[in-house]
Amino acid sequence: MKPLTINFRSKAAQTIGDEQVQNSLEHVYTGFYQGRINAAADTPNWEELRTKGKAIKDHTIAHLDHYLDMFSEKVEQSGGTVFFADNAEEARQYITELAKDRDIETVIKSKSMVSEEMSLAENMNDSGFETIETDLGEYIIQLAGETPYHLIAPAVHKSRKDVAELLDKDFEDGDRVPDATELTMLAREQLRDVFARADMSVTGVNFAVAESGSITLVTNEGNGRMSTSVPRIHVAVMGMEKIVPSIQDLSTMLRILIRSATGQRISTYVTMVNGPKTPDEEEGPDEFHVVIMNNGRLKLLKDPLLRESLNCIRCGACLNACPVYRKVGGHAYGWVYPGPIGAIVTPVITGLKDATNLPAASSLCGACHEACPVKINIPRMLLELRHKTAEGLSDPDERTSKFVERAIWKTWRIGMMGRGRFDWGARLAYLFMRPFSINGWIRKAPPPISGWTVSRDFPLIAGRSLKSRLNHRHKKEI
Amino acid sequence: MPETSNNNLGTQSVTLFATCMIDQMAPTVGESTVEVLEHLGLQVKFVDQQTCCGQPAFNSGFRSESLPVAQRFLELFEAVDGPIIVPSGSCAAMVRNFYTDLFRHDQDLVERARTLSERLYEFTEFIDHFFGSDAIAGSCDDRVTYHKCCHLLREIGIDEQPLEMLSNIDGLEMTPMNRADVCCGFGGAFSVKMPDISSAILEEKLDNIEATKANRVVAGDIGCIYQIEGGLRRRGSTTRVLHLAEILSESIRNRKTGKATE
Repeated sequence: MKPLTINFRSKAAQTIGDEQVQNSLEHVYTGFYQGRINAAADTPNWEELRTKGKAIKDHTIAHLDHYLDMFSEKVEQSGGTVFFADNAEEARQYITELAKDRDIETVIKSKSMVSEEMSLAENMNDSGFETIETDLGEYIIQLAGETPYHLIAPAVHKSRKDVAELLDKDFEDGDRVPDATELTMLAREQLRDVFARADMSVTGVNFAVAESGSITLVTNEGNGRMSTSVPRIHVAVMGMEKIVPSIQDLSTMLRILIRSATGQRISTYVTMVNGPKTPDEEEGPDEFHVVIMNNGRLKLLKDPLLRESLNCIRCGACLNACPVYRKVGGHAYGWVYPGPIGAIVTPVITGLKDATNLPAASSLCGACHEACPVKINIPRMLLELRHKTAEGLSDPDERTSKFVERAIWKTWRIGMMGRGRFDWGARLAYLFMRPFSINGWIRKAPPPISGWTVSRDFPLIAGRSLKSRLNHRHKKEI
Repeated sequence: MPETSNNNLGTQSVTLFATCMIDQMAPTVGESTVEVLEHLGLQVKFVDQQTCCGQPAFNSGFRSESLPVAQRFLELFEAVDGPIIVPSGSCAAMVRNFYTDLFRHDQDLVERARTLSERLYEFTEFIDHFFGSDAIAGSCDDRVTYHKCCHLLREIGIDEQPLEMLSNIDGLEMTPMNRADVCCGFGGAFSVKMPDISSAILEEKLDNIEATKANRVVAGDIGCIYQIEGGLRRRGSTTRVLHLAEILSESIRNRKTGKATE
């Protein structure tokens, strides 16, 4: 997918001004966020599970090559094929070649963010393979020609009416808007037929278990299970960080993933796949391929300050908790992964230069860190990226800060390095601001704080500092 | 109980780190902090040379500019003994949690920051820890709601303690705020760099505040206080935002002068 991170500000402004989308984004808080809070409260050892989850991910990422080797060996032992793709192009090519070689006509997809990195469905369709998303949200997004808005709820920004218009060509303005069940049935009818004729499937992977060579899918619609069992070829695509060492670890990760994502204790379906069907089995695909993709992840792995972002299990909890995401929506982030975790991985994978606004767009409130099932310290990494864009000390190319901004902070530093200057600076600012103030507040301020007064009055600096007041009080007492 | 010291602190003297914003923009918050601490029987010292902890530049990524300011702070406060009180969650978090990152190329500084942090307390945290959340009695007749500032809540771990303190004030009526723990949108330079987003987050906070019908909002960080009060004023609201220290000192004074309820 082509990164559009450069449009962050305009996209954000557009979403903030869109009342319908703002209403939809409310559900992210009232539904998912509250769901996670309740699920965590109902799980007695919740904090312990999070600690365990973090330890599992820390360990796996530290020994990633070992576990990737173990996993691919096991997949091959059970009759599957593993392909390591260095980038999205290589992964796409592998899958397209495979489809060509096996005379595939129809490909069904289940939800996979990694496949979004490849723009897989779009590319496969362009290459002449009918490729259809089967996750309801993804199907809606595909019909709309958009990209996912949220890690687990791709169409969360769409109203029921939007969905009705997309699913039903005869739907007209003024018609009764069907309810969610009716809409689901409509999609189901359309998709049943596709499932029946599909000869290849592409699914994502929630976790890949190294010791058994199995992949796990977590869904609520059953489309994932049908995708892994109906077509004769199953291709599972995953980022290289999706490994867990053992089945035991998987059980911990599933507990925290599902509760953090939707607030459920377990999703409707948890599907495990262990290779293609064996000669004594009657059902299952003839071929099972796993495509493991790097696509910039090694850059994260090599950076000790950002490596923790590979611990992400894509539950979306940080998006739901994020006050910024809940206002700017998913498309503002300009690439596959939105929200706080996207603000870290997207700049590193697609290039920091165009994505400067992503780490900047945070109040550093820490709600993401608090919500993360594996305790990823997202604010800390946002600060690291801001440091890179401000000063570019390790890579001058990454410096995107403007001259004015650098001059402001230099001046700030000079002012803070002595009490006399500090008081003088404050005095000057006070004298400059006072004529614009009414009762100690300013309605319209000049740059660099003009942004403040678009929606807030700005307080006038005090005429006398605390130091001066305390000294005065002290003298009076003596 | 006032003017005596039944604490387990082991000293009668503390040092105030006012923070640059309180020092120059909200000195009354600093004075209130001093009054409350004195009410608890403590003598409050002020380091005259103090300016800033370095947080603004650090948060904007300008660590080279932040570093000397932070180092200066460290040296100034290393020179005084005893507890250091900071009436700000985010400045306390800067010293305690983020200096490790800022100083990471100099282990000596990291160690020194850690040592200093052991005796540095956020205002609410200090009172709660050494005197208990019921240490301050007073009275006022306001309808109050409390906003949980992010760094105070998530970096320092002060959650319900201020509410407990406020419940000790006679005549004060608490009215709970929906989503009290959701950010107000301030975020330092973020508020002027991305005003649209900062304002959109603020609007939600203001709606939740207005729904409480409180005439006063209490919070623990001056940046958030100005963000919220600035927004309320722009809406024409008469609800005012106070630092916890302000409402506590006012309630103590009310009690002394017999103002407000009983």
